[in-house]
Amino acid sequence: MLEQTAVNVRMKLLQNILMAGGGHTGGSLSSVDILVALYFHVMHIDPEKPDLEDRDRFIMSKGHSVESFHTVLSKRGYFSQETLDTYGKFNSILAGHPTRRVPGVELNSGALGHGPSVGTGMAIAAKRTGSKYRIFVLMGDGEQGEGSVLEAAAAAGHYHLDNLVGIVDRNYLQISGYTEEVMAIENLEGKYRACGWAIRECDGHDMKELTETLDNTPFEPGKPSLVIARTIKGKGVSFMENKASWHHRVPSAEELEKALEELDLKRMTYDGDYSL
Amino acid sequence: MATIPCRKAITDTLLEEGKKNPNLYVVTSDARGSVTLTDFARELPGQFVEVGIAEQNAVGIAAGLALSGKNAFVCGPACFYSARSLEQIKVDVAYTGSSVKVIGVSGGVSYGALGSTHHSLHDIAVMRTFPGMRVYLPSDRFQSVWLTRYLSTSDESAYVRVGRNAVPDIYSEKDTFEPGKASVLKSGEDIAIIATGETVYHALKAAEKLEADGVRTTVIDMFTIKPLDESTVIDAAKNTRCILTVEEHSIYGGLGAAISEITSQHHPVRMKILGIPDENAVHGNSPEIFAHYGLDMEGIYRHATSLLAPAEGALNY
Repeated sequence: MLEQTAVNVRMKLLQNILMAGGGHTGGSLSSVDILVALYFHVMHIDPEKPDLEDRDRFIMSKGHSVESFHTVLSKRGYFSQETLDTYGKFNSILAGHPTRRVPGVELNSGALGHGPSVGTGMAIAAKRTGSKYRIFVLMGDGEQGEGSVLEAAAAAGHYHLDNLVGIVDRNYLQISGYTEEVMAIENLEGKYRACGWAIRECDGHDMKELTETLDNTPFEPGKPSLVIARTIKGKGVSFMENKASWHHRVPSAEELEKALEELDLKRMTYDGDYSL
Repeated sequence: MATIPCRKAITDTLLEEGKKNPNLYVVTSDARGSVTLTDFARELPGQFVEVGIAEQNAVGIAAGLALSGKNAFVCGPACFYSARSLEQIKVDVAYTGSSVKVIGVSGGVSYGALGSTHHSLHDIAVMRTFPGMRVYLPSDRFQSVWLTRYLSTSDESAYVRVGRNAVPDIYSEKDTFEPGKASVLKSGEDIAIIATGETVYHALKAAEKLEADGVRTTVIDMFTIKPLDESTVIDAAKNTRCILTVEEHSIYGGLGAAISEITSQHHPVRMKILGIPDENAVHGNSPEIFAHYGLDMEGIYRHATSLLAPAEGALNY
């Protein structure tokens, strides 16, 4: 069940952030449901064959939310939990941002505003070779401040890349505070629409909405799709939710315990696999 | 004398190779005219991607193409690609290890009087510090063709810089080409002049003048800056009395720095690094700027002569 997988991912990523002594807690928690929806339901992938030719591609443009990304990849079977638990250890293949040393990762990221262009290049390649796969690019909302995002948005619209799906993890917080106070990014929908995209909003923590929305891309033939996923930074842990201070704060052992208790209560409301 | 600039030699070759290989793609940023890509765009529109004035996007798109099995060449003015899109080259190309070739045209001070916005005198320094990135500065049209043919089938990440105007031939059709191996154009035991790109021709002319004075001169075309041909540098250090490096680049971090990194650790030798000093280059056309900073035949001759006759008290090796 997708909801339960998402809770398991939240619990595991928080443990790993404490174990590693660093990480991007808030944005990882806000992106979990989107990643679970993609990797456990929407995308055509085979973890046994990460290089499968006609696989759907995913780019983690908001590379700092790597803890949720790594945890989802591991749970989906791209690599073992043993490897996942090397996070934060010397010379682990798992860095603090995604790299292609990790099975399933398509692009080294971490500097913001790169994913949309690379995704656009992949989408052009797919179109011109007649391949049917889709390219999903997950961006942060603060990341929309990077000018290169709009360069890519313009090109994707210009080339009618309806095999490209941009997703904005719209949690309204960036490291310094509320996005619209730090540097307003609205009207986000209007910006992308002006570039020739088709846009839909959804609840970024509602699996039904997420899967229905993502399954229905492209929203319009001949247009790239943008999903504005309304999310909550720190989602799932009451005292982390909607607090910019949890952008990259590491929980103490006590805070972790409290967070796991909360998540465990949530987890127990679902049937099925309780293993982390 | 040459009939076409190096950039045209490159794009003619890209067209030739692109016709044979449908996976060869060219990306540009409203620079098809200045790069000389109009023929490619017309004849192979399915392998050509125009992104408008957006160098960051151009490099990112090229990386996306490369990660999808294409051999992607992104072409435009060196000044913009080595600065505006530097992070994309660092991350999407070098760090990710994507098979993107950045072709920087009208590099160095080719755009002379247009000012420092249009000069690329830092590009060697930055590009060669990115792990895995190859750096090439072909010295004439023949080498440009051979290099482009080679890059058309290689899966490396590379930066290539050429100038704007046609330059005299150094090579002919019967010469050979080996990437990563310096081309020793002349051998002599008194001084080694190691040059790259457009300065190679001036180094050869200076060598002729030095030889007329009885100075036995080695001239090396270091068209591959990275990986650097260490053994040829060490041989030059061992077999001559001093090394003069010449480059259309800042005196910091470029060819001279790369050569001295080798000599200082393996065979210290008296050296002079000739390039653009730590200032915004004077305004003028390319030959005027070369002359001003001593990068032409006269300047190289002058610096070689003084290097051979050091002031009293100078270090001797």
